[in-house]
Amino acid sequence: MVNDLGELPLQDEFQPPMANGEVLFDEPWQGRIFAMALLLAKQECFAWTEFQTELIEVIHDWEVSEDQAEIYPYYEHFQEALKRVLAAKNVVAPTELDARTVEFSARPHDHDH
Amino acid sequence: MMTDSKVIVRAEALESLLIEKGLVDPDRIDETITFYNERVGPMNGAQVVARAWQDPEFKARLLDDGTAAIEEFGFSGGQVDKLVIVENTPDTHNVVVCTLCSCYPWAVLGLPPRWYKDPAYRSRVVREPRAVLKEFGTVIPEDTTVQVWDSSAEIRYMVLPLMPASWADQSVDVLASKVSRDSMIGVEVLAD
Repeated sequence: MVNDLGELPLQDEFQPPMANGEVLFDEPWQGRIFAMALLLAKQECFAWTEFQTELIEVIHDWEVSEDQAEIYPYYEHFQEALKRVLAAKNVVAPTELDARTVEFSARPHDHDH
Repeated sequence: MMTDSKVIVRAEALESLLIEKGLVDPDRIDETITFYNERVGPMNGAQVVARAWQDPEFKARLLDDGTAAIEEFGFSGGQVDKLVIVENTPDTHNVVVCTLCSCYPWAVLGLPPRWYKDPAYRSRVVREPRAVLKEFGTVIPEDTTVQVWDSSAEIRYMVLPLMPASWADQSVDVLASKVSRDSMIGVEVLAD
């Protein structure tokens, strides 16, 4: 069920947060990375605080680096942190992820999403 | 600006590996996105604030133990380990930040707005809170202390804003509809 995700009740009588004028995810992959992290933490692949520790480190590394993009790439940090915590927990090895990424990059551009 | 396609492909690659390993179900990913996009939001916090304004005993419980008090609404989880409610008074204005990453009380406010995660807000609001608040259109009187609360993975903060005096006769539902997300982060002061 959807509403066991945050142990929150559904509030039908209220407007969704979108009504507040804020779009949560700029691009679909951001929502998917966010959801994957949450679902993996819920099934205890890692503790949320372990993910958070990685995220803090990734953000810190970016902030002290000189290679800063014009737009703050929060979800890229989020993805990197997820990659690191999954590697640390032996869930997904970085080499495995890199190989799959290379494989997907080689797909024809009109592949079925 | 679009994200570098490598980042997008890596997200797809990760998803496909996690599906193969039986660790995520793509339908659950869709459900989670919908849930956070459409269902969890600052209206949860607004209900808590409206009740606190009308019910002094609830307010006392809320300020004493925020985590326990929001459970009276059925709000829990959402990565809130410990929720601390900080009350605005004529003497003190509170504002919340997470200087290290993006800790935020999801259960009551949904997911954080973009600016909350931005390095500029995170570093500047600690150094020069009045200047940052002014950029939000919020001017805090000189004789009011501005207190900045730095969230962490263990403690999340939410501001209990001051209620404008003219709202005193409103019902709890009307009050809840007037409480903005930004007032519960502390970058806005509610006005008539």
